[in-house]
Amino acid sequence: MTTETVVRPRPATADGAPPEQRHGTGLPALGFLAPFLVLYLAFIIGPALYGLVMSFFDTSLVKPGLSGFAGFGNYTEALQSSGFWSSLWHTVWFTVLTTPPLIVLAFVFAVLADRARRGRWFFRLAFFAPYILPSAVVALIWIFIYTPGLGLIETGLGQLGITSPNWLGDPSWAMPSLAFTTIWWTLGFNFVLYLAGLQEIPRDLYEAAAMDGASPWQQIRKITIPMLGRTTTLVAVLQVIASLKVFDQMYIMTSGGPNFATRSILEYVYDEGFTNFRVGYAAAVSMLFFLVVLLVSAVWFSLVRRQEKEV
Amino acid sequence: MTLSRRALLGGAAAAAALGVSGCSGVTPGRRSSGSLDFWNLFGGGDGVRMTQMLDGFRAADPGITLSAVTLAWGNPYYTKLALATLGDKPPDVAISHLTRMKTLVASGLLEELRPADLARHGISADLFTPRAWQAGLVEGRAYAIPMDTHPFVMFYNTDICAKAGLLDPSGALTPLDSPEKFTDAMRRAKAASGAYGGVVAINNDTSTPWRIFQSLYSQLGGEMLADEGRRVVLDDAKATQVLAFLQSLTRSGLFPAGIDYQGAIATFANGQAGFYFQGEWEISTFQTAKMPFSMTLFPNLYGGSRYAVQADSHTLVIPRQPAQDPAQLDRSLRLVRSLLDQSKTWAEGGHVPTWRPFRDSPEYRAMTPQSNYAAAADNAVYDPEGWYSGSGSNFEIVTGSAVATVLGGQQSPAGALAQMHDQLRNLALTASPI
Repeated sequence: MTTETVVRPRPATADGAPPEQRHGTGLPALGFLAPFLVLYLAFIIGPALYGLVMSFFDTSLVKPGLSGFAGFGNYTEALQSSGFWSSLWHTVWFTVLTTPPLIVLAFVFAVLADRARRGRWFFRLAFFAPYILPSAVVALIWIFIYTPGLGLIETGLGQLGITSPNWLGDPSWAMPSLAFTTIWWTLGFNFVLYLAGLQEIPRDLYEAAAMDGASPWQQIRKITIPMLGRTTTLVAVLQVIASLKVFDQMYIMTSGGPNFATRSILEYVYDEGFTNFRVGYAAAVSMLFFLVVLLVSAVWFSLVRRQEKEV
Repeated sequence: MTLSRRALLGGAAAAAALGVSGCSGVTPGRRSSGSLDFWNLFGGGDGVRMTQMLDGFRAADPGITLSAVTLAWGNPYYTKLALATLGDKPPDVAISHLTRMKTLVASGLLEELRPADLARHGISADLFTPRAWQAGLVEGRAYAIPMDTHPFVMFYNTDICAKAGLLDPSGALTPLDSPEKFTDAMRRAKAASGAYGGVVAINNDTSTPWRIFQSLYSQLGGEMLADEGRRVVLDDAKATQVLAFLQSLTRSGLFPAGIDYQGAIATFANGQAGFYFQGEWEISTFQTAKMPFSMTLFPNLYGGSRYAVQADSHTLVIPRQPAQDPAQLDRSLRLVRSLLDQSKTWAEGGHVPTWRPFRDSPEYRAMTPQSNYAAAADNAVYDPEGWYSGSGSNFEIVTGSAVATVLGGQQSPAGALAQMHDQLRNLALTASPI
């Protein structure tokens, strides 16, 4: 899936021109694309447009129709609501806490696993395995680990004579604890992307560098990191978007608590739309959040453009 | 998959019905097959007892194929119930907390239970405890059949209390009906247990902090909301008094300051605390743990001659049905009646029955410790009315979160009060989506 887009070399021809394209009516192609396009229209574009319309109305989940026109009322309410800003901040804070470690650690572990001579399959499995677990399972495991009094960490640290904070119960520790869980859980995905990228780097580069007396550290700095630049861009953007979409682990592990300290923007949308029945308002919040994600994607596109010009 | 004879016969009946009415354009569906869908939100001991009661119904009414679905408690349950009903796929009968039922009625999601229909199944208003029945009326009409009242109560470890000198010669707990007596008892229990005096769930739990706050606050006569939730009438002086008292319990180390629901249970079950505060449904947990305990009314610290305690009721409701089918309604009411008739099983799980044929019986009066706190039902304080209020609602989350910060020592009573005001005002000012 995504891995393939990374490892597949850019189609290049001798003169650097784009690969040959056959021109036609495109009708057969459209035929092949139709099943996907229909689903895409029905389940992505359609609902998104409906959501956009709904965000300008006081739509209620339990009343038929769109209800009264609200203009930009929902948007101004959201922008003035402390709940909106604090939950948006929680999402951003979570993204800040998770993205750098998930990129750096995935890179480090991929390099190490790639270097392992024996049992390479074991390291790959070990790092990737947590990613396969469903969010509910991950949440249950880590709730046990963090439980005050009886949990794994507190028992372990207790034996070393260290008193641990209340990991999920203390508003200032809850978010770092959730971030740590998420890093353990989702590291495997970035790890695999990096591993695939590493295998694309021609071995002879390293051989040549070693002949010229480059130390392993120099090899990593001068060959591996630059050669993985495109992978890093992709990993970074996918990671930022994945982190911005955080919902499951928070909803299950802390339900947004303690004292709303871990309520993400998506949980805010869920709370307003589904439990408060205010789908119009929730749609407006979703649209605002969509703009944030759009902005991040735009940054990615500009980065990729620049990299492609450099290559 | 195993196919029971009943399911097979039911399926055959449905197929036959389909054949008969096939040309009329009416899909008979599950209704002609004598099936019944029931949704509930019971986990733990309640879940076990509800399963027993449903089995009781199946045995008594083998013609009806009952399928029961248990969903996660709180907001998720009510969200699913509302969405299923809006999508014309409601269950035939569902559980709703009494404090959630009015919002469902206002959303047009419940069927009215007409006296004539109820009478056919021997159900009428005078057969229920008045407080629970009346709390469930909307404009004089019934939409919910209360099964129980479930008050916030006090559990106590009889060994620790005996050691602490808190039991009188007959074995009854000495009254703790003032803040001083209460604190003193906690201090003595702490000495006796060697760890804590009492314990209440704080972390990752907003309902329990809300329940203990509401119990004490309403003993002072405090109210939270007025005008169906459009106005916040939080009394600062009374709320501060309660919050300061709650904080004194954790700050002095009499209560643990950071413990979650399961942790609080474990602390009490392991004898590390003399008292535990929660709804009466946890009775099964401690019976299973085979520990020495009893239960009584949550103490009346502030009320004087007037007692008040936070409570709610589980009620049986019939979500709005896409098609009116008298036969289906009768099947649903048969289940309702059967569950009421099994009030004894339900009461064993701690709940105070509302069904007077059982509630007024000597059998119930002989049940201990259940009958110790039966009086709580008459002094039950339900969550205030409002579209965002009720069991496990955003109202409870907002208030409970603030109370939890006070118990956990992260915020002063004044800070928590300001937060409560701010968030409640936001909800109160929001036009009801219903």
